[in-house]
Amino acid sequence: MDGKGQIVVERVNHTYRPPRGRTVLALSDISLEVRPREFLALLGPSGCGKSTLLYLVGGFLPTEAGRILVEGKPVTAPGPDRGIVFQHFALFPWKTVRTNILYGLERQGLPRPEREKRAQAFIDLVGLNGFEESYPSQLSGGMKQRTAIARTLAFDPSILLMDEPFGALDAQTRLLMQTELLNIWKRTPKTVIFVTHDVQEAVYLAERVAVMSARPGRIKKIVETKFGARDPSILRSKEFVEKVDEIWNLVRDEAIKAQETKAS
Amino acid sequence: MQGMTQTGFRYLPLVLLALGWEAVARLNIIDSQALPPLTHIATAWVDLVRDGELVDNGASSLYRGSMGLLLAVVVGGSLGILMARWRLLDVFVNPLVELFYPLPKSALIPVTVLWLGFGDGSKILLIFLGCMIPVTIGAYNGARGSDQALVWSARSMGANRLRLLWDVVVPSALPELLNGIRTALALAFILLVSSELIVSQQGFGYLIGYLGSTGAYEGMYAVVLTVAFLGFAADRLYQLLMQWLLQWRE
Repeated sequence: MDGKGQIVVERVNHTYRPPRGRTVLALSDISLEVRPREFLALLGPSGCGKSTLLYLVGGFLPTEAGRILVEGKPVTAPGPDRGIVFQHFALFPWKTVRTNILYGLERQGLPRPEREKRAQAFIDLVGLNGFEESYPSQLSGGMKQRTAIARTLAFDPSILLMDEPFGALDAQTRLLMQTELLNIWKRTPKTVIFVTHDVQEAVYLAERVAVMSARPGRIKKIVETKFGARDPSILRSKEFVEKVDEIWNLVRDEAIKAQETKAS
Repeated sequence: MQGMTQTGFRYLPLVLLALGWEAVARLNIIDSQALPPLTHIATAWVDLVRDGELVDNGASSLYRGSMGLLLAVVVGGSLGILMARWRLLDVFVNPLVELFYPLPKSALIPVTVLWLGFGDGSKILLIFLGCMIPVTIGAYNGARGSDQALVWSARSMGANRLRLLWDVVVPSALPELLNGIRTALALAFILLVSSELIVSQQGFGYLIGYLGSTGAYEGMYAVVLTVAFLGFAADRLYQLLMQWLLQWRE
């Protein structure tokens, strides 16, 4: 730990207590630092608690043991410094693309002309011109996620929490959205924590990949995944394929373990 | 054009029923006292409108019905949503709702009269009590189903608790709440007419009872059919309102 972390996670445990059934230790002794404007992926098999860790950083769940600091202050509640994007978009279905994006700006108390201008700028950024007045139910999955990303970017959080944001999209759309996210991130640099179980996605998008173990979730290893250029051409480069292999080897055992605990 | 023809076909059975009714009454297959011809009923209806009886009694009924329903929507809707969000209230009120749910609300007619007399108050109270149940249950189920991710999204964008309730929980509850209100609307008509029939000096129910007891069966039928038509029209209008409010659903 070099103390430069914008987000600092220190010795965090989290126990999941379902209303019925036995309690489960979801996260065990997690420590992690994320630097400003870094793109970090949290990678692990399903059920390893990677989303739980994201929700703790978001302040949606209470930190029970250990502590989480953002900009040096302990996290106690959600706040507009940490925007979140969910796998299933979480758009307000009764609001249009435009009014969904306006919502955060209204809550921030921006004056109306500025709100409208900002909303339009982010509609343009994610290429949804012409769909401003559409409801989420009228959009494709990719367009819904574009709207959700625009909604979160619009109120300008310094941290972007992404919970398997492309997990519900088909393979082609996913690849397009990944590249688009990288482009957006280059233009408006933010600290990103990106939860995924897709090794290739993690290696392609992130600068560092934190590999998590099967339940209870621990940080197994943090791997640097910086490449010179970051565009679809690297997907077939030798260094990229090797990196994917290296991380896949770390994840495989955990995925098998996760399967076994599920079966038992 | 095609839509109109389709609507026409949909109500064809009604037209056939009306023709059958007229024929049966005219041919005296059923005692024409018990089942007067529709044409006679129409004449009686025009008379009732002319001398103001139908309009006066109707106005009084509509006032009672809409007041009772409005109160039920406001109180029941708020109660259901607060119950879904506030555990203590849920624990306290839910058993009451469950107990009250199977009670035939018409059994409360004498009780509400005992409390508030023969006038508007007792009818409004009865309709309010009866209609509150489906509205509360609709709001409660709808609000409980609100998506955690939507709540979290709104919170992270800076919504406080009150905002959250109004911006996320209420619209999430809307589809089920509106269905509950539709049930309540039908119930309001039932409770209105039955309470007026039993204890009242005004209203549709009173008029039906009065005309029936004086042997003016054609007029009685005219009022019954008016109530039936109003109930149908109210439900249709309400469905249009629902469609408009829920246009975001596909």
